[in-house]
Amino acid sequence: MTGGSSALDAGAAGGLSEVPPGPPPESRLANALAASHVGDRAYTVVTTAFAAFVPLLLILIGVAIIVAAWPAISTFGLGFITSSEWDVRAGKFGAAPALFGTIVSSIIALALATPFALGSAIFLSEFAPNWLKQPVGFLVDLLAAIPSVVYGLWGIFVLVPLLREHVMPFFRDTLHLGSTPFFSGPAYGPSMLAAGVLLAVMVLPYISAVSREVLRAVPRAQREAALALGATKWEMIRDAVIPAAKSGIVGGIILGLGRALGETMAVTMVIGNRPEISASLLAPGYSMASLIANEFSEATNDMHVAALMAVGALLFLITIVVNAIARWLVWSVSMKGEK
Amino acid sequence: MKHWKLVAAAALLAACSSEGSNATSDSANPGSSAGSNATLTGAGATFPYPIYSKWFSDYATETGVKINYQSIGSGGGIRQVQEQTVDFGATDAPMTNEEMAKAKGGAVLHFPTVLGADVITYNLPGLTSRLRLTGPVLADIFLGRVTKWNAPAIAALNPGVNLPNTDILVVHRSDGSGTTYIFTSYLTAVSPAWRAGPGAGKEVAWPVGLGGKGNEGVAGQVKQTPGSIGYVELAYAKQNGLAYALMQNAAGQFVEPTLASITAAAGAIADTLTDNSDYRVSIINPNGASAYPISSMTWLLVYENQTDAAKGRALVDFLRWAYEKGQPAASALDYAPLPDKMRAKLVTRLSSIKLPAGA
Repeated sequence: MTGGSSALDAGAAGGLSEVPPGPPPESRLANALAASHVGDRAYTVVTTAFAAFVPLLLILIGVAIIVAAWPAISTFGLGFITSSEWDVRAGKFGAAPALFGTIVSSIIALALATPFALGSAIFLSEFAPNWLKQPVGFLVDLLAAIPSVVYGLWGIFVLVPLLREHVMPFFRDTLHLGSTPFFSGPAYGPSMLAAGVLLAVMVLPYISAVSREVLRAVPRAQREAALALGATKWEMIRDAVIPAAKSGIVGGIILGLGRALGETMAVTMVIGNRPEISASLLAPGYSMASLIANEFSEATNDMHVAALMAVGALLFLITIVVNAIARWLVWSVSMKGEK
Repeated sequence: MKHWKLVAAAALLAACSSEGSNATSDSANPGSSAGSNATLTGAGATFPYPIYSKWFSDYATETGVKINYQSIGSGGGIRQVQEQTVDFGATDAPMTNEEMAKAKGGAVLHFPTVLGADVITYNLPGLTSRLRLTGPVLADIFLGRVTKWNAPAIAALNPGVNLPNTDILVVHRSDGSGTTYIFTSYLTAVSPAWRAGPGAGKEVAWPVGLGGKGNEGVAGQVKQTPGSIGYVELAYAKQNGLAYALMQNAAGQFVEPTLASITAAAGAIADTLTDNSDYRVSIINPNGASAYPISSMTWLLVYENQTDAAKGRALVDFLRWAYEKGQPAASALDYAPLPDKMRAKLVTRLSSIKLPAGA
């Protein structure tokens, strides 16, 4: 980049030195060259500044959060992650239930969303007739455009009653799973299960869209080769397409996970906001983002604010790690695609 | 040649930016120097937001003084007052001494504006009469000690009522709120076990139950779940047609939460206030026979020593207007007005706000 531009620089300067003063017609080309050169420089400077600004912003946000969280981090240390006691009045802050709830609800979401998202992606890239691809793909993507508070309202008024009246009794009583720890206890509605199902709907378009693109990026020749060897369409997809797209699909799933981890509004509305760790999916839980959303606006005590900031720092850290893994996986699949 | 262009471009940029900064400083000047038409900025409690926005809009129509209010929550209001980023704050829970000590502009005065109350809402299909509860029984329910609707403690208060043999589902606020502060202050006042346990605060460690975000979160959960009980603001419960319980007050009467019974609660303590009261007083569970026990004031937070004469004057004028003319609008929005006696005292107290010399 630098080498190229300096070579161009030398060429342009050489051209310029031969141009006599004044504006004779033959200097027009040189002028245009010079002008474009200034433009190039300015463009390089401006875009570099913008590009540098983005990571700088990320670093500043991270530093600001950690500085604000420091009193809590230094007071509670590791106990902040392992303790379940969150009592503002007593000055005790343990974020374990929120950490647990964030991770469990996200895992439930991925477990439910991945089959649907992959199924739709495979259908759209391999089976769907062309006239169907666009509209169905568009509808799947549209799920991502619904504001999360709308998802939350849908959760409260449609999903939670449905789970409470039908799904939860079905698992607990009809399938007799009530004796296992995972479906024990009363079914109030707002629960880890409700949060997981709602998040599944919300992350589905992300996983589906990424998977679709990755499947589409698998070279045509690879498909044709599999078919030429006598594979059926299903065998071709299973043995030639999916393995090639695997790490990209995993990247999509992890992008969905990142989305699920950070979701605030919708989860707050259906998870039940109870800071307790329970194995039962029917029991209410809590999430880190909900905890911050619930308590920050009324937090006046310094340690309380610091503890909420520490929760934020923890969430930030988890999200960055998850996104970094996703980037790496998508990058690795695109490198393979180029080879 | 290219350098000329670069220089020209830079000059143009510089011209643009300096022009821009001139423009902003020009537009900022008239606002601060206009004097009498000061614009006030406030932030804080969400509970009184409907009445405040009505007051501010009425007051702007009448006098031309604009008051911007951000309902960011009592905690945020207190923080912004401490940092002096607003001209006044608003809160549902009075500032603690510790919080007042952190205010950068010196002493903060509390001016009560209107009254509110928490009501106990429940979902018991088939119940024909109003549920009656006492403070200690309510505390036991929220402590998880009374877990069935037909428990003897509840049945004794509701003779002849057919209470179901079902579990009680407790629903509380998950977000920090003045509503929770009022409710837990009441439980703390009436139940030693609650005082020793969760205590009073804008958010507490709840022994049992589900958390709903906002009044709508609690009300939505209670409406949907038979057997549930929760607390919401009176105004919210009335406007949404929720069922709510009669509460036994300190005089032993079962009182319905109404604007009159809430004002009566403030009236019961108004006589006990001295002239130099700081008005950080609780009207929880007072002695009056008609007083509703889970009532509270909501306050505006004003610095005693105002730094801007015009703004200070505007603030005092507004408060006087609110006390003298604003109370009917409050009733229309389901906020209980302050008792007349208290309002007269508060108007007198406005003189304790000190304006800088040259006002």
